[in-house]
Amino acid sequence: MTAAVPPIASDDAFTLRRRPPSDKLVDIGFRQLTLCLASVVAIALLGIFIVVLRGSQDAIQAFGLRFLTTSAWDPVNDQYGALIAIYGTLVSSLLALLIAVPLGVGTAIFITEDLVPTFVRNAVGLMVELLAAIPSVVLGLWAIFVMEPAIRPALNLLHGLLGWSPLFDTVPRGPGMAPAILILVVMILPIITAISRDALNQVPVELRQGAYGVGTTRWGAITSVILPAAVSAITGGVMLALGRAMGETMAVTMIIGNALNFSFSLLAPGNTIAAMLANQFGEASGIQVSALMYAALVLMVLTFLVNVLAQWLVRRLSLRY
Amino acid sequence: MATISTARDERELTESLFARRPLTFDRSLKRNRINRLCTGIAGLFALTAVLPLFLVILYVLLQGGRLISFSMFTELPPPPGLDGGGIGNAILGTMLVTLIASLIAVPIGVGGGIYLTEYSQRGWFAKFVSFGNDVLAGVPSIICGVFVYGIVVATRIFFDQSYSAMAGGIALATLMLPTVIKTTDEGLKLVPQELRWGAYGVGASKFVTVMRITLPAAFTPIATGVVLGIARAAGETAPLIFTALFSPFWPEGVFNPIATMSVLIFNFAIMPYEAQNELAWAASFVLVMMILVANLLARWIASFSRA
Repeated sequence: MTAAVPPIASDDAFTLRRRPPSDKLVDIGFRQLTLCLASVVAIALLGIFIVVLRGSQDAIQAFGLRFLTTSAWDPVNDQYGALIAIYGTLVSSLLALLIAVPLGVGTAIFITEDLVPTFVRNAVGLMVELLAAIPSVVLGLWAIFVMEPAIRPALNLLHGLLGWSPLFDTVPRGPGMAPAILILVVMILPIITAISRDALNQVPVELRQGAYGVGTTRWGAITSVILPAAVSAITGGVMLALGRAMGETMAVTMIIGNALNFSFSLLAPGNTIAAMLANQFGEASGIQVSALMYAALVLMVLTFLVNVLAQWLVRRLSLRY
Repeated sequence: MATISTARDERELTESLFARRPLTFDRSLKRNRINRLCTGIAGLFALTAVLPLFLVILYVLLQGGRLISFSMFTELPPPPGLDGGGIGNAILGTMLVTLIASLIAVPIGVGGGIYLTEYSQRGWFAKFVSFGNDVLAGVPSIICGVFVYGIVVATRIFFDQSYSAMAGGIALATLMLPTVIKTTDEGLKLVPQELRWGAYGVGASKFVTVMRITLPAAFTPIATGVVLGIARAAGETAPLIFTALFSPFWPEGVFNPIATMSVLIFNFAIMPYEAQNELAWAASFVLVMMILVANLLARWIASFSRA
């Protein structure tokens, strides 16, 4: 009956608030929303496979595996074979890789291994990154108007010297496989350099110290300790670059010449699957669409295999250190 | 006799093994010569790698830069064979298509990234999503174009329209999505766990923690990734050739074919007319400038996280 002491807890700031039920709803709802958004990736990936697979059904039934080994591409008589494009895709990407790997790994060593002052390294690193940002179509434009005319004398010389071999037995006239390979080199160099640089940076510093401790020179350490330690990650990066080279479209389409006849020669016009799609898909109709989808399926399977292999290699390294 | 000679042999051996040589750097040693040679080769390779960039930028600046004028931004491209004109519609179109792509890819990508880091227990589904994400990143861009052609253009789901800016935007969004998810995932993983514990400690719900604490903490890497993704999408051509197609007119809404700078470069580069080729160079100039600025912007944003 004495004067009631006001309860301390009346001060709102110190009250333990019961969480309103709406909070829980928001929480669960948000979780479900992000789950749905994450599934979009899976849906998109499956969607791509389904669309391409269903679109190519007609051509698969009509041409079967013969599609992969014949080179007829005749919209008038509805006869299709993708040999030129498959040969072009494989040859251009593999040769580009062959040139780009030493250049890219060499550049990565140059910018990771203390060979030059820091500002030179940073400048080269920045420039290689910017090179990766230049759109493919701009490189294609440059290849048509600047690069191809500039290298034609060199290609002519090559033809003069090695014209007896089937790889160089055509006279270079403008667009062709060789300029396409060179522009592919420019496009995949930044990928190889970036991934090799990351791989070299990840090599434990103790390994380097150990190598220098037994008195090796810098390049002795690089070739016998650092590169072997980084080799599987670099290989993974190279495979990623191969996948990119096989799917690269615009620059190649603009400079490769879109040949309709098969030729082994690197100086003759060629074709790739991606270039064929870029050139014909918009205007195709009937079974030609299906044949193009079939070619797209081949390209997709090729890049899928290469990419999965690349990821497996990259993942294996991250386990080791 | 024998013991003496052995002792002498031993001394000679010791002397040749531990001969007193000066410990200074000797340039003429074989190993040092090889070292210098290899450094030179690596430098040569680095130079070769950087050379194309110089040449491309030089030509784009010289060829494109001299054509830049006010009318270039405000006029339509001329019909084939005529002179003059500009690339106004293509600049507008590139912005529109990239905007559509970002509006689709950024929310989905950030949401998916949040799911991967904050909610999933890294079970089979999360593993499948991140694996699928890597695979999607490796799918050639032209295949993304074929995919969107198959689901949007061929089916005519948008008001019975076939080629459209919308289809182009969706195709670019498919390309941006893996980048955005990856950067969000990586960015959120870098946020210290203590920040989340602190938020739960003062009674924040999971939703509030993600929205008010984790996402702002990871803003810098996410924004960097998004800007780079947008820059890449703006330069993409292959998926636009048969989704957005091309139009010589001003944009007529998002459900009609639209001009973009990248498709303009592709179309006009192979035309046998001087005026069209010049427009292609001018468009390259604008495009390369936009992308370089976006890259510098991304670097500027990224510099905040180091401060």
